[in-house]
Amino acid sequence: MSANHKDHAALAGQFNKDEQRVDWHDQTLWWVRQKRDKAAHQVADWEQLRETASAIKNNTLSRLSEYLEQFEEQATRNGVTIHWAADAQEHNEIVTALLRKHKVDKIVKSKSMLTEECHLNDHLEQQGIEVVDTDLGERIVQLAGEPPSHIVLPCIHKKKEEIGELFHRHLGTPEGNADPQFLTRAARLHLREKFLTRRIAITGVNFAIAETGEFVVCTNEGNADMGAHLADVHIACMGIEKIIPERRHLGVFLRLLARSATGQPITTYSSHFRRPRKGQEMHLVLVDNGRSVQLGREAFRNSLKCIRCGACMNTCPVYRKSGGHSYHTAIAGPIGAILAPNLDMKKYADLPFASTLCGSCSNVCPVKIDIHDQLYKWRQVIVQEGNAPVAKKASMQAMNWVLSHPSVYHTAGKAGRWFMQNIPFAVNNRLNPWYKQRDMPAPPKESFGEWYKKNKSDKNK
Amino acid sequence: MFMRVGLFIPCYIDQFYPQVAVATLQILERSGCEVVYPLKQTCCGQPMANSGFEHLTGGCNELFIKNFAEFDYIVSPSGSCVLHIKDHLHSDQAAAPALAIRSKIYELVEFLTDILRIEKIEARFPHKVGVHQSCHGQRGLKLSQMTELMAPAFSKPERLLKLVEGIELIELDRKDECCGFGGTFCVAEEAVSVKMGKDRVTDHTLHGAEYITAADMSCLMHLEGILERQQSPLKVIHIAEILNAGRQESPSPDKFSNA
Repeated sequence: MSANHKDHAALAGQFNKDEQRVDWHDQTLWWVRQKRDKAAHQVADWEQLRETASAIKNNTLSRLSEYLEQFEEQATRNGVTIHWAADAQEHNEIVTALLRKHKVDKIVKSKSMLTEECHLNDHLEQQGIEVVDTDLGERIVQLAGEPPSHIVLPCIHKKKEEIGELFHRHLGTPEGNADPQFLTRAARLHLREKFLTRRIAITGVNFAIAETGEFVVCTNEGNADMGAHLADVHIACMGIEKIIPERRHLGVFLRLLARSATGQPITTYSSHFRRPRKGQEMHLVLVDNGRSVQLGREAFRNSLKCIRCGACMNTCPVYRKSGGHSYHTAIAGPIGAILAPNLDMKKYADLPFASTLCGSCSNVCPVKIDIHDQLYKWRQVIVQEGNAPVAKKASMQAMNWVLSHPSVYHTAGKAGRWFMQNIPFAVNNRLNPWYKQRDMPAPPKESFGEWYKKNKSDKNK
Repeated sequence: MFMRVGLFIPCYIDQFYPQVAVATLQILERSGCEVVYPLKQTCCGQPMANSGFEHLTGGCNELFIKNFAEFDYIVSPSGSCVLHIKDHLHSDQAAAPALAIRSKIYELVEFLTDILRIEKIEARFPHKVGVHQSCHGQRGLKLSQMTELMAPAFSKPERLLKLVEGIELIELDRKDECCGFGGTFCVAEEAVSVKMGKDRVTDHTLHGAEYITAADMSCLMHLEGILERQQSPLKVIHIAEILNAGRQESPSPDKFSNA
C-alpha cells in the first residue's frame, strides 16, 4: 500500500476526480443496501433478532476467556490442533512454520479478513510461498496487486471491463471480453487446477462454537470447502472475538449475516468443520492482535461484536463516495474506522473524522454496535492523546474562548464578521475549501440578536 | 397551560439566518408561549466537541446553563445543536441544572408536536417542497422513522408541513441520506462533503422540488452553497419559515438582506 502517507481526505479527493466512477460506486453499493432492506423486511422480528444477537455477543465478550478455553478443550478433543497468536507477527509465523513442516510452498486460501489484517499474503510471499486467493473477488484484486476495498465485496471498486482486461493479461482470456459469465468460467478453470494441486488450504472462520468446538465458514462460492476438502492440511485462522457460546445461537447470526451483507436469505454454503477427516490435519489459529486491548477499552469494547457483514459500509454515504481504499486499512468503512485506531492510533487518527456522524451505520448493524457514537468517542481520545494537528488545536482554543465570552462574541463586529473570520467552514478566504464548490450567504444587515434588542428588548430585564 | 420558553438560537442562525429565528419566535408566541431570548447566548459547543475537543467546551457549557436553567422549556430551530446539548451538556459546578436542561430542551418540530400537540397551522405555502431529513434530528432526536429500521413509518416534520395550506410534498429516491455537511467535515473532507451535497440536491431537482426544507439550517446552508454555485433555481427554506409563511407578520429573508 504505497498510499499510506496520505490520509482519508486526500485519498477520497483522488477518488472523487472521476465523478462518474463515484456515481457508479455509490449506486452499486446503494443497490446492495436496498437488497438488505428488502431481505430484512421479510423477517417479522428483525429488530428483535438484532437485539438477541447483540445480547449473545455482549455475553460472549463478558466471558470471553472462559468461552475460549471451553472452545480449545472441545476442539482439541475433536482432534483439531489449536494455536494461540498474540499478534499478527506471531500468527504469520505459526502459519509459515506449518507450511515449512509440510514442505509446502504453494497454497490456496479462501476469504479471511483476519489474514488481510495480519498481511499474511505479503509475509508468505516474502518467504517464497505462493498464495492463491480462491474467492473470486479476492483473486481479482490479488491479480491487480491491490488489497480488497470491501470486506464482503473485495473488488466492488472494479468495473467488469477492468476485470476482463486483468484476466486477459493474467489468465489469457480474449482481449475485450468482459462478459461476467465468461470471465467467471475462466476463473473457475484457473482455480480448479490450483485446488487440485495444493496440499494445504487456509480458510477464515465466521463463527466458532465454544460448546462443541466446531467452527463455521460461510461462502457463496464453496471455495472454502473445495480447498479444505482437497487438502491434506486445513489451517483456519480466526480472531478471538469470533466465538459464540452455543450451537443454538448460530441460527440467530446466520439469519442476520447474509441478509445484512448482501440481502440473501442465507449464505450459499455455511460449512461446519468439527474434526479432521482420516489422514487430514486440521489447525486453528486463534489471534488476539489488539483485541484484548480493545476489550479493555470500555467505550469501544463492543466493536468486538462485529460479524463482518459489511452493512455499515454499504449504507455509509462517505464510504460509497470515497471508496474502500481511501481508508488505508484492511477493514474499511465505519467499522474499520472504530477498529483501526486501536491498532495504531497515530496512523489511523484520520479515520474517525471520515464521517458526518449521520448514524446510519449503527441502525443497520445486525449486532447493534453503536458505531457513530464510538466515532465521536475516538475523536476525543485521539485529540487528548496528542494526535491533533497543532493549528487545529490553536483554532479550537481561540474559538472556544470567544464562544465562552458573550461580550467578546457580541462586540466582535456586526453580524457575520467574527463568524466569517473564525468558524472553519465560513472563513471568507479563497483558500478555504468551503468555497471550492460552494458559496456562503452574504451576512445579513443585522443578526437576530440585534433585531431582538430593537424589537423585543422589553422581554429581557 | 402557561409556559416560559427560552429561545436558543444557534450561532450561525443568529449571524446568517435571522429570519429563521424570527419565524421560530413568532410561531412559539402565537402558540401561547412566553418566549425569552437570553441575550448572552453564543454557541452550544458542538463545533469543538465534534472535532474531538469536547474537553474545551466547559466555558460554553457553563454559559449555556446560566442562560437557560430558569426556563420551563428550551426550544431551538436546530436538531443538531439540540442533540448536542441533550447528549453532552454537563457541569461539575451545576450538575443538576445541566441534567435538567438536557431533558427540557426541544427542537422546534418536536416541541410543536409532542409538547404543544399542534393540530392546526395557519400558514400558506403553495409550492412543491422536498423534505431533507437532517441526520441529528432524525436518527438522533427520532423526528422521523429511519429507513434502516424495520419499524412503522412516521415523520413529525411532514405531519406539520401537511397542515400548511397549498403545500405539495415531493417523494425522494433516498428519503434519509446524509447531505454531507457534518460540521468541520464539510471543509476537512471537502470532496466527499460536496459530492454528498450535490447528490442530495439532484434527488430533489429530479423530483421537481421548488424548495428543500429541513429542521436544521446547517444542512441547508451547505446545500444552499452548492445550489448558489450551480446557479440553480431550487431554493432552501427552514421548516419554521414554512410553518410561519403567508402571514402578515412573517419576515421575508429580504428584510434582512444587505443586497
